[in-house]
Amino acid sequence: MTAPNVAVGQTNKIGLTKNEYRGLPSTLCQGCGHNSIANQIITACYELDMVPENIVKFSGIGCSSKSPTYFMNRSFGFNGLHGRMSSLATGAIFADKSLRAIGISGDGDTASIGMGGFKHMVRRNVPMVYIVENNGVYGLTKGQFSATAEVGLNLKHQGINHYMPVDICMEALASNATFVARSFAGDAKQVKELIKAALSHRGISVLDIISPCVTFNNEENTFHSYMWGKDHEAPLHEIMYTPKLAEIILDGDFPEGTVREVSLHDGSTIILKKLEKDYDPTSRAGAFQMLEQAQVNNWLVTGLLYIDISKPTLTEIYNLVDTPLNRLSESDLRPSLETMDKINAMMF
Amino acid sequence: MAQKIINNFSITIATVNGSGSQTANVTLLRALFKMGIPISGKNLFPSNIQGLPTWYTIRLSKDGYTARRAQQEIVVAINPTSAARDLASVCPGGVFFYADDIKLPLNRKDITFYPMPVKSLAKSANVSPALRDYIANMVYVGVLAKMLSIDLEAIKSALNFHFKGKAQAIESNFSTIKAGFDWAEQNLKKIDPYMIQPMDKTKGYIMTDGNTAAALGAIYGGVQFAAWYPITPASSLAEALNVYLPQLRKTPEGKQTYAVLQAEDELAAIGMATGAGWAGLRSMTSTSGPGISLMSEYAGLAYQSEVPLVVWDVQRVGPSTGLPTRTAQGDLTGVYFLGHGDTQSVILLPGSVQECFEFGWKAFDLAERLQTPVFILSDLDLGMNQWMTRPFKYPDTPMDRGKVLWETDLEKLNGNWARYLDKDGDGITYRTVPGNRHPSASYFARGTGHDENARYTEEAVPWEANLARLKKKYDTARKFVPPPLIRKTAGVKIGIIAYGSTEAAIEEARFLMARESGLKSDFLRLRALPITKKVADYIESHERIYIVESNRDGQLCQILNAVLPEHANRFHSTAHTDGLPLTAQWVAEAITAQEKKL
Repeated sequence: MTAPNVAVGQTNKIGLTKNEYRGLPSTLCQGCGHNSIANQIITACYELDMVPENIVKFSGIGCSSKSPTYFMNRSFGFNGLHGRMSSLATGAIFADKSLRAIGISGDGDTASIGMGGFKHMVRRNVPMVYIVENNGVYGLTKGQFSATAEVGLNLKHQGINHYMPVDICMEALASNATFVARSFAGDAKQVKELIKAALSHRGISVLDIISPCVTFNNEENTFHSYMWGKDHEAPLHEIMYTPKLAEIILDGDFPEGTVREVSLHDGSTIILKKLEKDYDPTSRAGAFQMLEQAQVNNWLVTGLLYIDISKPTLTEIYNLVDTPLNRLSESDLRPSLETMDKINAMMF
Repeated sequence: MAQKIINNFSITIATVNGSGSQTANVTLLRALFKMGIPISGKNLFPSNIQGLPTWYTIRLSKDGYTARRAQQEIVVAINPTSAARDLASVCPGGVFFYADDIKLPLNRKDITFYPMPVKSLAKSANVSPALRDYIANMVYVGVLAKMLSIDLEAIKSALNFHFKGKAQAIESNFSTIKAGFDWAEQNLKKIDPYMIQPMDKTKGYIMTDGNTAAALGAIYGGVQFAAWYPITPASSLAEALNVYLPQLRKTPEGKQTYAVLQAEDELAAIGMATGAGWAGLRSMTSTSGPGISLMSEYAGLAYQSEVPLVVWDVQRVGPSTGLPTRTAQGDLTGVYFLGHGDTQSVILLPGSVQECFEFGWKAFDLAERLQTPVFILSDLDLGMNQWMTRPFKYPDTPMDRGKVLWETDLEKLNGNWARYLDKDGDGITYRTVPGNRHPSASYFARGTGHDENARYTEEAVPWEANLARLKKKYDTARKFVPPPLIRKTAGVKIGIIAYGSTEAAIEEARFLMARESGLKSDFLRLRALPITKKVADYIESHERIYIVESNRDGQLCQILNAVLPEHANRFHSTAHTDGLPLTAQWVAEAITAQEKKL
């Protein structure tokens, strides 16, 4: 559209400044958790030396879904329909397998109107980082309950929520997700490290990030508030992402068995430093158990809940040609003239 | 015996759904086609896997009229449940073949009866008991072959095609046919006038269905992505993609240049197709009416964000399940306005199986040229029934990928371009697709208000300007859509306008009206929307225009009234829908009746 920003300031290995990963100024509320997440996406991509043109962004509808315009101006993006980003992205990723997709959704967009599509996208292992900016409330339509709102939540114009909440991580696991993580927008470092790990994962990466709505759902005692999150966050581990070939430097002295390493497809590694709980993110049963335990104990467990790098992604299942499909020419796409007679002969 | 009636009658076969009769019926149809006789076959089936009554109607027409006929000269009754009604449906002078275990008073004196020992002959067939019920249907094929003089070699070649050359299946079916044939030879005396004789009127034709043709057309159009959700009568279109794509579109190394995905619902099917179309793939989905309604939200977004996309609507009857296995042209206005706010769709209206192929590839050129969803309205009759048709013609124009800018194009422009800027004045703007690595290639697609640079805005002026440009683009579409086919004689005052699968009925109706009431008529077969000047000129050159269609409200008539209100006094809606393909008789009577009222 317009010429890219002139590089000023510090550059990364591909010669881009952080500025070149930014988007337009946010139009969300001051202090919205979503802005913090957008900033961590910018930092993660900058630090990973990602080429902005290699990223493609998707979103549904809602406050969360506005945010793709607030990062990565040089990346293509498509703001689709409410609850229907899953299918939009599924179709688009076939065009060029080398693109990395980032989808931004919300709790209403994913867990209410988009639940069906979400689960099918997950079970197909669509290669995409799928971030749910989860605040338990519909912000853009001014404060209605979402499907992730906790029982008993009292909202100004809505009264009390009587229904059990949907746990997005649980739904993702049940649908055979290959990467499931939960974080808290107030824990910027963890958000960033998880985004980096997710970008290195080949299949679907579901990141459920509790992202408080400062306008409609930020009472101190509510599950999706900053205060509650800060008081109740129970990180499973300290997470560090190290790109391929990077030297691993761990601060402090770690006794054997306190660090767990998980290798990703592109040669990068996730290092999980054990905190209070000994948690194995390669066990699906363990992940279910942890989520169940968290619910009972009122913990906001954060960190990498589950990872499985053995499953093929959607595009891998299709055995596509190496050239991006959207660069194939007529000679690749239109069968030859000679085949026409054969086809006619195949009819009766 | 009365005077022979040769190659000019209809046969209806009444069986139980799911009993394997479809194989027997299509074998008969193909054998007649092989004998060179113009034919059509209509499967009138219930929404049911097994057990309900089903009918198959074959029309033989030495003169080449292949529309469905209401009158049945020959009825073959295999299903006890429907036998009484089947007996009543035989026209005077007709013939009633019946399975001899059906208990029914044979109380008509005006027709001929022939019993058939279907069960006993099937029992003696050399097949496993599991297959016995299926093969029983071949008994009536054999009896009909004998009594009507159908060539056994033609039947054999039909079986060979159906069973893809599998010797055992061909043999066991054929031996049952032969058993029926021999039994009839020894036990029945021909006393009816109906005869079949070989002709040479199917030379240069093939026989297939519209959905297969549509899928093949899409493949020759370079389809790269198709997402779909099962729905009668559209499922076989996507299934045909899965049959033919691996044969035609894999590299020598076995890699695919395409992807077909069965989605979780129609919302997702069109969502996927929209994503793929936006990202630069030749993208499509196929569905029927209920699926179209689910697709309307994405269709509206694709229209507004200008995404090329092809949507096949193989129309069926009514909402929900309605009459899911019957045919109609009931989605025209719905699709024309599909979306929210002001939308007008580009619609193609194939009238033959060959045209399903042609529009199958052309639709991609149109969609990419116009950067908009292009809808193709077929119907169950065209899509699922076997038709004799001209062979598929290889595309005669190169692919038109429309206005797409790649890296080198952007370099030449120094990166200066705007996604929604009408540079050429035709309403069609330039686009880039993801994967273009030029630093100024990207833009953010959205349904939200946007300016020429695809930037978010809720300002009044850019919103209205954009809508006006989309209208201009729709005007440009008139230059690209397939023109109508017109059969016109100087001085004729009556013009018929119709579209889609009703062509055969219209052509025959014109013949009938001329013969029986001296009523001469011209015919315009509309092949696309928007309405073009040629259509307006045709209308203007006639005093009265009869718009014939298979729906209740006269949907094309509604559109013509809206687009050409100055001609509204010429329009006479001639619409009818009962789930069955229109007959020539009905068309002729409906027009004649309106003419008499004048």
